[in-house]
Amino acid sequence: MNYFMRTIISITAFVVVGMVSQAMATELVVVSWGGAYTASQQNAYHQPYMDRTPGVKIVNDDSAGSAVAKLRAMKQAGNTTWDLVDAVASDAMMLCDEGLVDEIDHNSALANGADGSSATEDFGDFIVSPCFIPQIVYSTTFGYRKDKVSRPMKSVCDVFDLKSFPGKRSLEKKPINNMEWALICDGVSPSKVYDVLGTDAGVRQALAKLDTIKSSVVWWTAGAQTPQLLADGEVVVGSTYNGRLFALIEEQKQPVAMLWDWQVFDLDGWVVPSEGKNKAEVMKYLRFATDTQRLADQAKFISYGPTRASSAPMVGKHAKLGIAMAPHMPTDPNNAKTTLLFNYEFWADNRDDLDAKFNAWLLK
Amino acid sequence: MQKNQENIPLVTADGTPLKISLARAQRRSKIIAFLMVFPLLLFITIAFIGPIADMLMLSVENSIVKKILPKSAEALQKWDEYSGQLPDEEVFAAIVEEIKQAKASKQHTKIGSRFNYESSGFSSLFRKTGRKVKKIKSPPFKDGLIKADKRWGEIYTWQVIKQNSSNYTDGYYLAALDFKREFSSGNIKSLESKDSIYLKLFFRTILLSTLITFLTFVIGFPLSYMLSTVSTRISNILIIFVLLPFWTSLLVRTTSWIALLQQEGVINDFLLLVGFINEDGRLAMIHNATGTVVAMTHILLPFMVLPLFSVMKTIPKSYVRAAISLGAHPWKAFWKIYFPNTGPGIGAGSILVFILAIGYYITPALVGGSSGTFISNRIAYHISSSLNWGLGSAIGVILLGIVLLFFVLYHRIVGINNMKLG
Repeated sequence: MNYFMRTIISITAFVVVGMVSQAMATELVVVSWGGAYTASQQNAYHQPYMDRTPGVKIVNDDSAGSAVAKLRAMKQAGNTTWDLVDAVASDAMMLCDEGLVDEIDHNSALANGADGSSATEDFGDFIVSPCFIPQIVYSTTFGYRKDKVSRPMKSVCDVFDLKSFPGKRSLEKKPINNMEWALICDGVSPSKVYDVLGTDAGVRQALAKLDTIKSSVVWWTAGAQTPQLLADGEVVVGSTYNGRLFALIEEQKQPVAMLWDWQVFDLDGWVVPSEGKNKAEVMKYLRFATDTQRLADQAKFISYGPTRASSAPMVGKHAKLGIAMAPHMPTDPNNAKTTLLFNYEFWADNRDDLDAKFNAWLLK
Repeated sequence: MQKNQENIPLVTADGTPLKISLARAQRRSKIIAFLMVFPLLLFITIAFIGPIADMLMLSVENSIVKKILPKSAEALQKWDEYSGQLPDEEVFAAIVEEIKQAKASKQHTKIGSRFNYESSGFSSLFRKTGRKVKKIKSPPFKDGLIKADKRWGEIYTWQVIKQNSSNYTDGYYLAALDFKREFSSGNIKSLESKDSIYLKLFFRTILLSTLITFLTFVIGFPLSYMLSTVSTRISNILIIFVLLPFWTSLLVRTTSWIALLQQEGVINDFLLLVGFINEDGRLAMIHNATGTVVAMTHILLPFMVLPLFSVMKTIPKSYVRAAISLGAHPWKAFWKIYFPNTGPGIGAGSILVFILAIGYYITPALVGGSSGTFISNRIAYHISSSLNWGLGSAIGVILLGIVLLFFVLYHRIVGINNMKLG
């Protein structure tokens, strides 16, 4: 065999091997929220899984914010390119109701807890929809500038107290959460908040309370805005997701403290698009990525609480900072003295209407 | 003479009549011309006309009700919604059966969300009924359904369903123009001023876009004039500075304005340093309409400068010199001779900036606070967040109408041919 032939054959072999290995690698498109959150998933779930399963490559897509709209559009177009989506509980319910994501048999599809409990026992009430595989508990809560207040803020009602705590506040540009806080601080009993908010008088009452601080509010639309506004000293106190505030306080060492009072809990978890193309592979991944150890591992990178009861005792120290993570979890007993749980049914019914009223109020 | 010509037609060298030969040659060149523009035509149809037609459809489309509840919608036609009586058992039987089917095909919450756009509470009504409907097995369906959720026993529920069951709806346009249909009487009522959203936002969008266009003109005109008068070498360098913002990400530019304009920002710090303001008097220049206007004027400035510059480049300097030498005051020479010649550039620049401004949404969302957001922010909200695509489309169609209206107005006043894009 001459030199030329040998070269040809070796090139061909190279190309063929390359193509075969390419064909064997399954690409899973995992949709999540980007930033520190996707990074925590990459570190706790994706990378360990890829290390164990050489044939699988996980590709991150950061468009979870518009997951419902995009999944609907993909189904209409008949080409669903996503394999797994990270969704908040309310979106997961909507997607499940519409059949855009698969129902899961949690006990057979997911691993038992490290303590031997079945998946349904271990996740407990967090399985809010048959399609939903809970991952983390997060909360929307306040952080304030320690150096710009005369005394530490203790109550969510301090946000509404311009006299004792002058300066700007940042609130999300949505009725959700703001209306609840306004009513609680206007003397409504927390257990009756949604009964009151369901009436026209209740909506007026909440908006009237918000009116008292309206001129001092900076409205945010992206979760990263409040940390930036706090760091710049542009606002004294602001609401955002607790993990963002943790990063601001512990990683960036800003003079900011948490105000956990009446934090609003919400859940975030996985849903499997029903038209996905690699469902068998996704289920294998999910069994691994949602086991007790992996959920506890995620808490090393971000301060969101694991949803498995069996993971809680295993939450350890932050991977880089080396500080104990348990006291930074929204679910920690010290932080969770007063909490609200996001009321899915109420907001599914009233979101359109309250949103219109809220926006009309903003324009006044 | 004429008769003679008709009898003996002109022919080409190969014997075919000249008329036919000419038509053939013209047809060929027409086909070639068509083939050359065909890719563009195809692209515009797919990427532009198609989506706009789709948007028009979405804003009136309501076939979902007839698709999921065909029999109930049919049976409801016979019911007099102002009689004060609940519909017959026939309607209840039909809707029980259809909700069962919808539940099986996972459509029941979709129809719930559709009605929820018209009246709050329908989302949970259909979700809850979907859960319980299996248990309603035998007549009377009326009692069964009311037991599943007492709202089925309210006449209002049925009025909403009946009045929204045709294949097309005006509901989205009514909402987009701040009207409300009262289902208990069927009357259309305009919202009180304190509840109005969209009309205020349309008005604000037009007002601020006009202001932004005017500001880009005020800043852009002297700049372009200078660019067109200095030597080519210098003007090339300066043009790069004008274009620089084009090469920077929109988000970077917007966030830099935040760093500059915020109350703890660079400009306020400077004003404080020179004693122009005191600590309590820091100016609020961002998270309000001022922020939107400043940031967008900066971002859209090149769209004004470039057409102005290219037009000014072509105006011979001798015109103004001639006017002055004939005795005109330099100011009058500028105003009467130079300025009118820049008209096509001003027209092109203004219409570019205005149309771009009216549809902007990222910058207003980031720096606009509550007084500087635009109507497009509501469109984005309804498309990606509230998922009320019908309302989003209706607002979009109205916005498109406004842009076209301004375009027609412009054509009437200035003339569309009198525009030079560079």
